[in-house]
Amino acid sequence: MTRGVKLWALLAGMLLLAGCSGTGNWGWYVIDPSTPQGQSNVKFLIGGFWATIQLSLIAAALSMTIGLLVALPGMSANRWIRLPSRVYIEFVRAIPLLPMLFWVFYGLPVVMRSLGFPITIDAFWGAIITLAISDSAFTAEIYRSGIQSIPKGQTEAARTVGLTYSQTMRYVVLPQAIRRILPPLANQFIYIVKMSAFASVIGMQELTRRANELVVTEYRPLEIYTLLILEYLVLVLIISFFVRWLERKMGADESR
Amino acid sequence: MNAERVIEIKSLNKFFGDFQVLTNVDLSVSLGERIVICGPSGSGKSTLIRCVNGLEQFESGQIRVDGISLNDPGGVDRVRSEVGMVFQQFNLFPHLTVLENLTLGPMKARGLSRKAADALAMQLLERVRIPEQAHKRPRDLSGGQQQRVAIARSLCMKPKIMLFDEPTSALDPEMISEVLDVMVELAEDGMTMLVVTHEMGFARKVADRMVFMDGGEIVETGTPSAVFEAPKSQRFKDFLDKILQH
Ligand SMILES: Nc1ncnc2c1ncn2[C@@H]1O[C@H](COP(=O)(O)OP(=O)(O)O)[C@@H](O)[C@H]1O
Ligand SMILES: [Mg+2]
Repeated sequence: MTRGVKLWALLAGMLLLAGCSGTGNWGWYVIDPSTPQGQSNVKFLIGGFWATIQLSLIAAALSMTIGLLVALPGMSANRWIRLPSRVYIEFVRAIPLLPMLFWVFYGLPVVMRSLGFPITIDAFWGAIITLAISDSAFTAEIYRSGIQSIPKGQTEAARTVGLTYSQTMRYVVLPQAIRRILPPLANQFIYIVKMSAFASVIGMQELTRRANELVVTEYRPLEIYTLLILEYLVLVLIISFFVRWLERKMGADESR
Repeated sequence: MNAERVIEIKSLNKFFGDFQVLTNVDLSVSLGERIVICGPSGSGKSTLIRCVNGLEQFESGQIRVDGISLNDPGGVDRVRSEVGMVFQQFNLFPHLTVLENLTLGPMKARGLSRKAADALAMQLLERVRIPEQAHKRPRDLSGGQQQRVAIARSLCMKPKIMLFDEPTSALDPEMISEVLDVMVELAEDGMTMLVVTHEMGFARKVADRMVFMDGGEIVETGTPSAVFEAPKSQRFKDFLDKILQH
């Protein structure tokens, strides 16, 4: 982890050095915070952080909710209750993100209108819906494997002391499964953050969109996209630091 | 016996896929009666008592528990609140303390306050003689203590009937008697009990009736003294010879 940070810092340093040495065709001035233009460019780029984070957090929260709602019937003993859940997971997993994004953004409002629900979907919500649905197939599988790792005897004991199905889940199964669910779920959040870049193609003003717009006016793709990658790197490193911490904490709990 | 029939099983058939686990099982149990079920491994003992509290569904036949039919929709939920069960592997909730293991059912299913549930739980922990373990986690207890916690956990729901599925089979030999002692006391208090066990000393002491199963059928029933003296079927005789040898 800290080694990863050092390596990237080294790489970034080397790029900067190469840029300042003047031998190549570099133009770090576009993002040089010591010049007024560079400073306003950097501000503009970094201004996308909030949108990316917001997008990712809301999509992740939705995905975790949908995932649970899909996973629970997916474990029913009754195959007709299991079936829709299976179909949903297989179907959603098969759709590439970008086509799904186009379909949700351009197509879903048309479908809804023809059903009598005239709604408009802006770029922000279009991206959130797409990310949440696409990710929910994976979170559902994470819940399923976590819940199925809890021995059947736990459910049986809970039912014999009178708990209902949902009480059994809430007080007995999920509290035990959570230590197997949380780390991979947090890991999945990294996927959402990275995939949120696709929101740029429907006009969402997040990190990637802002970089693209600046490239168009400044003609400095290398420098700007380098900074863009570093921006994602910082985000992902923070999250994976959190995931490691969570894994350690959960592991420690388990061996207690 | 003309006492109230609390369990009535009539021509019960159960399959796992194509495999018939239970064949035409009939059994009725009166209030306060203690039944010991024995038989070779795989003969369907667990499956039979698991049918009684709805942990297993069955294909045909009838089960009534305390007048409630398990064939009726919603019957299972009502039956479960009358029937306690103790498992071979204890199945305590590892993320909860001993006390919380006991209070979960009374609080969530019966709606008792924490205070009332705690009082009830402590009372039952004293009955199984481990009140001092109340705030430990199950894994910090010995097997015998864990099984006594499991018994107390079932009793917290004030069941009319207790089912035991080989409650001492997973225990080290020196811990068996501490669990059996608790079960004997329970029997003396008049609890209706269905016990799957190969502890023949226990059977002799508390059983009103022995039920011998083999190949998914009830082969023979009788009082302990009668069957130990002279089992009617050869299969039961062979079985008894085998387990009484050591
Ligand atoms: N869930 C199950 N699925 C398929 N077969 C099972 C299942 N549970 C038990 N069986 C089979 O049913 C038979 C009876 O099992 P069981 O009631 O556990 O026997 P016993 O408790 O007398 O040892 C065994 O042959 C066992 O393999
Ligand atoms: Mg068994």
